[in-house]
Amino acid sequence: MKIIVLLKRVPDTEAKILINQEGTGIREDGVKFVINPHDEYGIEEGLKLKEKLADGSKVTVVCAGPEESTEVIRTALAMGADDAVHVCDPALSNSNPFTIAEVLAKAISAEGFDIIFCGKQGIDDDMAQVQGILAEKLDIPQVNNATVFEMAGDCRSAKLSRRIEGGDEKVETSMPAIISCDKGLNEPRYASLPGIMKAKKKEIRKKSLADLGIEGIPGAGRSRILKWLPLPKGGECRIVAAEETADAVRELARLLREEAKVI
Amino acid sequence: MANDVLVFGEMRGGELKKVVRELVSAAKIVAGETGGSIDAVLVGAGAAASAGRIKGFGLRHIYTVEDELLVNYSTEGYAGVLASLVGEKGYGYVFMGATAMGRDLGPRAAARVDGVMFSDCVDVRFEGGSLVARRPVYSGKLFVEISPEGGRPVFVSIRPNNMAPAVEIGGTTETTARPSGISREKIRAVATGIVPLAGGRPDVTEADVIVSGGRAMKEASNFRMLEDLADLFGGAVGASRAAVDAGFAVQPIQVGQTGKVVNPKLYIACGISGAIQHLAGMRTSKVIVAINKDPNAPIFEKAHYGIVGDLFEVVPLLTAEVRKMLQ
Ligand SMILES: Cc1cc2nc3c(=O)[nH]c(=O)nc-3n(C[C@H](O)[C@H](O)[C@H](O)COP(=O)(O)OP(=O)(O)OC[C@H]3O[C@@H](n4cnc5c(N)ncnc54)[C@H](O)[C@@H]3O)c2cc1C
Ligand SMILES: Nc1ncnc2c1ncn2[C@@H]1O[C@H](COP(=O)(O)O)[C@@H](O)[C@H]1O
Repeated sequence: MKIIVLLKRVPDTEAKILINQEGTGIREDGVKFVINPHDEYGIEEGLKLKEKLADGSKVTVVCAGPEESTEVIRTALAMGADDAVHVCDPALSNSNPFTIAEVLAKAISAEGFDIIFCGKQGIDDDMAQVQGILAEKLDIPQVNNATVFEMAGDCRSAKLSRRIEGGDEKVETSMPAIISCDKGLNEPRYASLPGIMKAKKKEIRKKSLADLGIEGIPGAGRSRILKWLPLPKGGECRIVAAEETADAVRELARLLREEAKVI
Repeated sequence: MANDVLVFGEMRGGELKKVVRELVSAAKIVAGETGGSIDAVLVGAGAAASAGRIKGFGLRHIYTVEDELLVNYSTEGYAGVLASLVGEKGYGYVFMGATAMGRDLGPRAAARVDGVMFSDCVDVRFEGGSLVARRPVYSGKLFVEISPEGGRPVFVSIRPNNMAPAVEIGGTTETTARPSGISREKIRAVATGIVPLAGGRPDVTEADVIVSGGRAMKEASNFRMLEDLADLFGGAVGASRAAVDAGFAVQPIQVGQTGKVVNPKLYIACGISGAIQHLAGMRTSKVIVAINKDPNAPIFEKAHYGIVGDLFEVVPLLTAEVRKMLQ
């Protein structure tokens, strides 16, 4: 099988995110970038599938992002992916999910694919849209927020669970399909030292939009960010204290009822 | 018409979701400015029966679509229904809940009609002739305000518990059953059933009150204590990732970046330090109470009320106190 795993480069979850001087985005200086944490579940699932099939199946990373994305792509290769396609084009800065999905669709079609794994959402723009738009462009089924994935013996369908409110939804899909991955699906492996050494020799095929036969910027001109806003300043925390814990608790309950009006 | 708004009346198990009334409120903000009308569409088993529950909220028309192919949710089936309705009636705006279903359905349906989508919005308004949606980015560390361009249909998913639910105002709403227009080959991934969470409590994303426990809970059986408090409110129990990874709690109740994003009226964090990835999931809660024995725990920077103390002492006392109040 040709297994595609999608990878987005995002700021580390621990990073302090500040709005830039111009108010047009975030300050990137000093921010550490990593593989989107949800995408790690996708990479792991792709590798697990390849190992289970053990039939010469290949895992190819596909990432659209700036020059610097090479670093996170290498990490995925060190985890065990075979090779990568890096779509890198200045035209892609500040792109919306439609643009990314159009571009990924072109890149993935050119590669060929039997299944695509991705993350449930990018922890930067938090849109959770690329997979659905991509599925539509490629005309394949999608399953979001998968926590269980079982490929059928003939690799023509799969059974999954996906997380919904109040339970797990069982889903069956035909192949090829795009699966967005959630925590609980697997435990992503760490890159081993030999893995890191090997990754240095693995191929990253860099493509511009022109290389993919794309003219202009597809999907652009749909939306405009008017304003970036910091979080509203939280009020002071009111620490309720008393000699006896019971008195503090009674006072807390009173405040929750009379002041906050939540009891 | 492009001024009109369509509300996706999400149902689960034949029941209309609470968020639908909130969507009607959001739709009114937009329709009030565009001068358009608001319609709703209900898809799946029980659609016709549920339509009555949102009549009288100022809607013009409710479309119900029932079909044996739509009994169980499928992205492609539901997106097909939505896309054909949007294509035919020319809605400018489609509102849905930022629920598991809305988040799955929205992008696919938006792509099918070459629209645009704003996910997980917490507020909408109309300004300078355009919709302005406010949405959290970077796991809630910032917000952006975003407007559509290019005159395409705008899909907006709205985070539950954010807008005041619409109230009944009477008036007439016409209900029409619509054929699905879906064929079996169009549905390649389909839900085959739902395994409900054990415990019978509401989901953390839907509860008004959440009592959450962290690593400090020490063992799974101690979560009983949190359940007792949550049950007084008809609320849900949540957990930090550390508590889930340690096996004290199940993954579906994890709150945070790799868990669920919640937005209750009251969030009580017990023995949770307040790591940034946990805050990502609960920061927008209306009232946050922290119970932690470390006065320097970061959770106190986000909480509105706090008690510095041992949760094993504080929680049972709080439960007793709340029980007295509610009697
Ligand atoms: C990519 C990524 C994603 C993540 N996603 C999530 C996520 O979705 N959700 C999440 O929660 N975390 C997430 N984390 C983990 C997060 O960084 C923290 O490790 C985690 O939230 C800590 O959980 P905790 O607060 O229960 O434990 P701790 O940080 O260990 O805190 C325990 C707290 O309990 C207090 N305490 C101890 N005993 C008592 C007592 N008897 N009474 C009162 N207080 C007591 C301590 O003072 C301490 O503050 C993620 C991390 C990463 C890297
Ligand atoms: N630029 C990108 N390159 C590769 N994959 C991406 C890119 N953007 C998003 N994805 C994938 O799509 C998922 C959803 O992203 P988003 O719609 O940005 O929240 C992510 O978890 C990734 O797996």
